[in-house]
Amino acid sequence: MSSKNKSYDKVIFNIIGYPLISIFAIFCLIPFVMIISSSFTSEEYIIKYGYSIIPRQFSLESYRLTLQNPVAILRAYGVTILVTVIGTALGVFINAMTGYVLQRKDFRWRNIFSFYFFFTTLFSGGLVPWYILCVKYLHLKDSFFALFVPSLVSVWNILLSKGFMKGIPFEITESAKIDGAGDFTVFCKLIIPLSKPLLATIGLFTALSYWNDWFYCMMFISNEKLYTLQYFLHRLLASVRAIRTIMEQSGMDIPTLPVESMKMSLTVIVTGPIIFLYPFVQKYFVKGLTLGAVKG
Amino acid sequence: MKNNSIVKSISKNKTLLLMLMPAVIHVFIFSYLPMGGIVMAFKQFKYQLGIFKSPWVGFNNFRFFFLSGQAITVTRNTILYNLAFLVVNTSLEVIFAVILSEISAKHFKKIAQSIMFLPHFVSWVIVASIAYNIFNYETGVLNNLLISLGLEPVNIYAKPAAWKYILVAFKAWKSVGYGTVVYLASIVSIDNELYEAAEIDGANIFQRIRHITIPCLVPTMTILILLAIGQVFRGDFGLFYQLVGNNGLLFDATDIIDTFVFRSLMQSSEVGMAAAAGLYQSIMCFITIMITNYIVKKVQSDYALF
Repeated sequence: MSSKNKSYDKVIFNIIGYPLISIFAIFCLIPFVMIISSSFTSEEYIIKYGYSIIPRQFSLESYRLTLQNPVAILRAYGVTILVTVIGTALGVFINAMTGYVLQRKDFRWRNIFSFYFFFTTLFSGGLVPWYILCVKYLHLKDSFFALFVPSLVSVWNILLSKGFMKGIPFEITESAKIDGAGDFTVFCKLIIPLSKPLLATIGLFTALSYWNDWFYCMMFISNEKLYTLQYFLHRLLASVRAIRTIMEQSGMDIPTLPVESMKMSLTVIVTGPIIFLYPFVQKYFVKGLTLGAVKG
Repeated sequence: MKNNSIVKSISKNKTLLLMLMPAVIHVFIFSYLPMGGIVMAFKQFKYQLGIFKSPWVGFNNFRFFFLSGQAITVTRNTILYNLAFLVVNTSLEVIFAVILSEISAKHFKKIAQSIMFLPHFVSWVIVASIAYNIFNYETGVLNNLLISLGLEPVNIYAKPAAWKYILVAFKAWKSVGYGTVVYLASIVSIDNELYEAAEIDGANIFQRIRHITIPCLVPTMTILILLAIGQVFRGDFGLFYQLVGNNGLLFDATDIIDTFVFRSLMQSSEVGMAAAAGLYQSIMCFITIMITNYIVKKVQSDYALF
């Protein structure tokens, strides 16, 4: 590929290609830089001169104030971590198990059940009946379960599992069954270890969607003790009232609140773990996309 | 006799059926029961009475939704935004994937790809925070820039026309990196011999892209575009709700079916009309998917979704 005497076409391609990619990549990165730098900028500076991309007048004030009364934030962290861990573990297990059964050639009703799941992607009752069902009949309002139970089953993940497990030779299941193992044992002891790439991928996608979720919290939760991180931030961004509550707890004067920089420091605190984990997990996401692409 | 064989089959597949049960029950409760709840669209819902005891009102909810003019606005917005997202994002994704696949600098490629993929990992809440950071009247980056250039600051949050571009831009910002990786994966899987043969034949880089890469991407593109068209009546609630919020000034240009349903349900408590709008959306979705799939099956059955 890398011939020494580069021909014209390659040069022209590079002249167009590199800048295009660079510009878009910079656009993708700048907002993050902006948030981080404004979180380290003093409030007076922001009020006076506005947000800027490069940090000027370095200050840790906003972090100190955000973390001065850390109970609410720590609790939101706790709720989010708990929801993410339980939701991901349960969700991945159920979806993978369902996918496994649906691809078993010897399972008589696999087509009927596959359609049963697939149909829900074609038609839905809509938000309103779903919401009324959850609130009035399932009593999910202000329940911890509301944060992860409604989204446990993902038809997309079931189909992905089904496609992946089709690639595992059926003989493995067959010979284990001849040796007297039950279907559930086969799944747990043999199929799960063989499906690690799949589990890593759907696990990460599921975990990310739980970590980033604010919708279920917004729909069902009014008890502040059950706020997730994203919803906590949403409230903070949406209304100064939320800030007032925290500030009143810490007994501060409202007009001197570092509202602007606090918003940014909280944004950093909420996004932090993802940005931090990103380099390590990114390749699994890319692999997962390829997994889906191969399946078609 | 037949009954007997079913009983036998059930007992033979007992464990497999049990393993299916968690998902089957979950989907029954959270997807199929709400389908029964579409009767709400024809009722005047009273929370105390519940779905079944609330009085019937025929097509009144629909009449209200359509006659108020809301239906046309939100349908138009939903479709146009989705089409704009589809055109802008697909073009950018394919262009970037092609460029990245031809670039020989490994580190540049890897770093660029990682950075472009990054926005996919943050929630719309964070994106809203970023948007606020840029467009905020008093302290936003945009107005800072305008003032330092000697121009008048603008209040974007009172300018509906600007949001068409802002929403498309943020959608692209968040999802183009993801799509690029998908297309890149499908370019990588193209048989290398094709390129080698083309090089021997003296094809330049643009000819290679035009005659090998792009044609090989067509199947992936077709499937992804069809999936998107099938969902053309379903808006990206997170994007619109987080960026626009409850800013009524912008609704004419930014309200989509999903945000309209949400607001009618949660804020104005017009539950019946919300249900009617939701049912309208579900039916339109179902029809578009069916039509798209039917046409594809006729033209090129390999690409059909089902």
